[in-house]
Amino acid sequence: MALSEQQILKGLGKIIEEIAGVPAADVTPEKSFVDDLDIDSLSMVEIAVAAQDEFGVEIPDDELKNLKTVKDVVSYVQGKDVSA
Amino acid sequence: MSTSVVVTGLGATTPLGGDVASTWSALLAGRSGVKPIEADWAKDLPVRIAARIAVEPSEVLPRHRLRRLDRCQQFALIAAHEAWRDAGLAFGDEESAEGFRVDGDRLGAVVSSGIGGIITTLDNYDTLREKGWKRVSPFAVPMLMPNGAAGQVSIEFGARAGAHALASACASSAEAIGYGIDMIRSGRADIVIAGGTEAAIHQLNLAAFASMRAMSTRNDDPEAASRPYDKNRDGFVLGEGSGIVILESEEHARARGARIHGIAAGVGYSADANDIVQNDADGMSKAMKRALTDAGLEPGDIVHINAHGTSTPIGDVGEIKAIKKALGEAAGQIVVTSTKSMTGHLLGGTGAVESIATLLALREGLVPPTINIDDLDDEVDLDIAQGEPRKLPGGPAAALNNSFGFGGHNVCVAFRRHES
Repeated sequence: MALSEQQILKGLGKIIEEIAGVPAADVTPEKSFVDDLDIDSLSMVEIAVAAQDEFGVEIPDDELKNLKTVKDVVSYVQGKDVSA
Repeated sequence: MSTSVVVTGLGATTPLGGDVASTWSALLAGRSGVKPIEADWAKDLPVRIAARIAVEPSEVLPRHRLRRLDRCQQFALIAAHEAWRDAGLAFGDEESAEGFRVDGDRLGAVVSSGIGGIITTLDNYDTLREKGWKRVSPFAVPMLMPNGAAGQVSIEFGARAGAHALASACASSAEAIGYGIDMIRSGRADIVIAGGTEAAIHQLNLAAFASMRAMSTRNDDPEAASRPYDKNRDGFVLGEGSGIVILESEEHARARGARIHGIAAGVGYSADANDIVQNDADGMSKAMKRALTDAGLEPGDIVHINAHGTSTPIGDVGEIKAIKKALGEAAGQIVVTSTKSMTGHLLGGTGAVESIATLLALREGLVPPTINIDDLDDEVDLDIAQGEPRKLPGGPAAALNNSFGFGGHNVCVAFRRHES
């Protein structure tokens, strides 16, 4: 079953709060990781690994650098989710 | 006459307390911070005791900061924040209550560690072996590097005059204070955040020190295990923690109306160039003599020595001989103590924590006792503070803090009482 946007946002919020200390409620689709959430590149690596555990979707380094906003990650996870 | 350097801030997190005040009151009360190690990994070790920090960093720092700082860096930041607040300095670009703003280009950070982020190194190696390279933290490198704490402190407080980490094993943080004094004297900085940190209570380190037969194995009586100068001492007890002082040029401190805890009068160094782990009395005495010269002090000015005194059979007696050699007849008038009898041995944190104890002893006129001396070693023929805290005379006075490290490093920091 594909994960809904809400499920992914909730999971991502939890991960980002844990790793970067940003309140989960601030993790909304339009936010940019760098400009809005103040998340650096090393933290993004940690977030990608944690997202893989949470959603079962691997995010290769080549893709990671294109994921600028929360919405980008949600879309990526949904697009790659083939368990449906 | 070189620039006078004063101490305007103190910060510490130790096995006795999460700050300077609680650490100091425990030292005066003669309370041991040594406890059994309950973890499973200690089961098969010959050493199953240690002096863990009294207040866990997780009670002080937010989770997202903890995960990107090695434990030793967490300690250093906690101690540095206390020292900074204690010095009455404002954070970032803000002004202090007195309208003073710190110039980052004139602010230095010298924060040492004996080993560095050893727990990060070992934990990430376990992760690598068990889960593969992708699970190794992207922060592992800045967490494990020995200069990591210096870098983190410099970032935290915007110290841009220079960030330095001097490694000389158990003399590391005394050397950091010495280097900080030099930064101010040489005109590179007005203020230096100086000290050291260590977080090395791990199976491997205990095994390695135990393998040298350097540690106490008094597992059935942890609080009595660290017993410098007692006939039945059998080695040191590993502790953890950090001490940080704010060093400042006297002129700068006076201009901003800072409270002065004491004067960082000078530092003396020597290297034994002899044995890699057994420091010799000759080298130790040279460090003390050079500290006196650097500080412009005479042996008769010294009222107190906070000794390195780790509770090893050979080291403790060697230092007593060295004190007599360096100070001659005046040695008999000096009140000596080893606060390691209570804190355990903080390795790279020890010189700074004990420098703070030395400064407070001068300021308060009270020397903490060395605990656990049931039967004083016959070769220890100096005046060791025991039982109750010992009162020091009033008026002008100076004290020394000795730190000696594997590698043959001997460092002695001299402090003078500040009389307002």
